[in-house]
Amino acid sequence: MRQRVGWTAEESLPGRGEVLRLQGVPAQLDLPPRIGALLEAALAAYREIAEPRALIGGISREEFREVHRGEGRNAPETPLETVLAGAERLALFVATVGGAVTTRIHDLFGSNEPALAAMLDSVASAAADRLTVLLGALPPGPEGGAGANGARALAYSPGYCGWHVSGQRALFAFLDPGEIGVTLNPSCLMEPLKSVSGVLVAGPSGIHRFAPAYPFCRECRDQPCRARNAAFSTS
Amino acid sequence: MDILKEIAASLERGEDDRVAGLVRQALEERCAPLDILNRGLIAGMDVVGEQFRKREIFLPDVLIAARGMYAGLDLLKPLLAQEGVPSAGRIVLGSVRGDLHDIGKNLVAIMLKGAGFDVLDLGADVPAQRFVDAAQEHGATVIGLSALLTTTMPVMKEVVELVRARGLAGRVKVIVGGAPVSEAWAREIGADAHGYDAANAVERVRALVAAGA
Repeated sequence: MRQRVGWTAEESLPGRGEVLRLQGVPAQLDLPPRIGALLEAALAAYREIAEPRALIGGISREEFREVHRGEGRNAPETPLETVLAGAERLALFVATVGGAVTTRIHDLFGSNEPALAAMLDSVASAAADRLTVLLGALPPGPEGGAGANGARALAYSPGYCGWHVSGQRALFAFLDPGEIGVTLNPSCLMEPLKSVSGVLVAGPSGIHRFAPAYPFCRECRDQPCRARNAAFSTS
Repeated sequence: MDILKEIAASLERGEDDRVAGLVRQALEERCAPLDILNRGLIAGMDVVGEQFRKREIFLPDVLIAARGMYAGLDLLKPLLAQEGVPSAGRIVLGSVRGDLHDIGKNLVAIMLKGAGFDVLDLGADVPAQRFVDAAQEHGATVIGLSALLTTTMPVMKEVVELVRARGLAGRVKVIVGGAPVSEAWAREIGADAHGYDAANAVERVRALVAAGA
C-alpha cells in the first residue's frame, strides 16, 4: 500500500543553522547582517513557492532486498545489510519540494542574483532532507509509516553508503512516484532536482550505528552517519 | 582614496550596490576600462577569493561581491570589446550530459569571471561533443566539466577522448570537478586537472592557462 503525503512549505522549512552549514558558514559565527538578510529572503522565497509532498509505501524485507540489489552494482559490503538485520519496519519513499524552487534558483542565477540563488538552493536542499525526517515520524502502518512507538526511523538512499545510484530504477519501479511529479532521467537523476528517495528503516536506534570504515567512506565528503551516531549518543 | 582602490574595497566589503556607481564615476574621470577591470574589479575579487580560501569569509560573502562585480562588468564589457582587450583566457564550462546539477558549476563560473576569464557557460546536461565544438568555435583553451553523479562521470572521459581525437590535446586542456570527482579520476581519464572546489578550480585554470593551454 502506498500513501501520498503533503505538507505546507512552513512545515518543511529547515532550521537556519542547517541552511548556513550548507553555505559553509560556521554555527558559532556572529552572523553579518547582509548574510542574515539573504537568508531571510531565501526562506521567504521558499515559503512562497515550495510544494512539499511525498509518496511512501511499506515494503517487506524480502521485497526490499530485491530493490536494494538493483542492477547488481552495489559495493560488496554495505552498512544497510547489517542495519536491515535489526529493522522492524521498512518503507520506500520519494519526496520533493516541487519544481518551482529549482526554476526560481535557475532564474536568480540568470538575473545576477547568485547569492540569493545559492542561499535558496541550500534552503531547498535542507528542506528536502527535512522531508525524510517528517516521513520518519509518520505513525506506523501498512501504507508505509515507520516512526513512533519508540522506533528510530532513518533514511538510506541510493547513491550513498555503497547503495549504487542505479538502484533508483528498482526503487522507482516499485513505488511509481509519477503522481507526485517526480521522474527519473537516464542517469538516475530525479527531476525536480530537489527531491529525495530511499528506504526508511525503523528499529531500535542502535541498529543505525556503524563505523564509517567502508572503502566508499573515504570518498564520502559529508558523512551524515557521523552526525547520526553523535545524535544517538546524546539521545 | 583612489577611485580604483575604492572599487576594490567596495567589493571586499560586500557593498555590491556601490560598485556600478563607482565604475561609472571612474569612467567619467577618464580611467581606462582595462585599469578599472584589473585594478578595481579583479583586484577586489582577488582579495575576496583569497579571504574565502583562508576561510575568513564565506560563500554568501563571495556571491554578494560577485553581484557587484557583474554590475561593474556590464558597464565595462562593451568598452573593452571596443578596444579589443583580451581576457585572462576563454573557458568553456558546463555540467555533463545526464547531470542537471549546476550550482557548483555556476559558482566556478562566477569565480572565474571574477578572476578576469571569459566564461562560456553551456549550462547543464551538455553532451561531450558540444563541449569540444564550443571550445573550437570560440577559441577556448580550457574546458571545465562538472558532474555530481557517478553515473555521469564517464561523459568526462568522452570529452577527453574527443579532444584527443580532434588533435586538440595540449592546446585545449580539460579540468574536471564535482562531489564524486577526485584527483585519481582526473588522472585515470587523462584530464589535465581536478578542481576540488570553486576557489581551487580558479587556481588550477590559471595554472593551465599560464602553462600555455
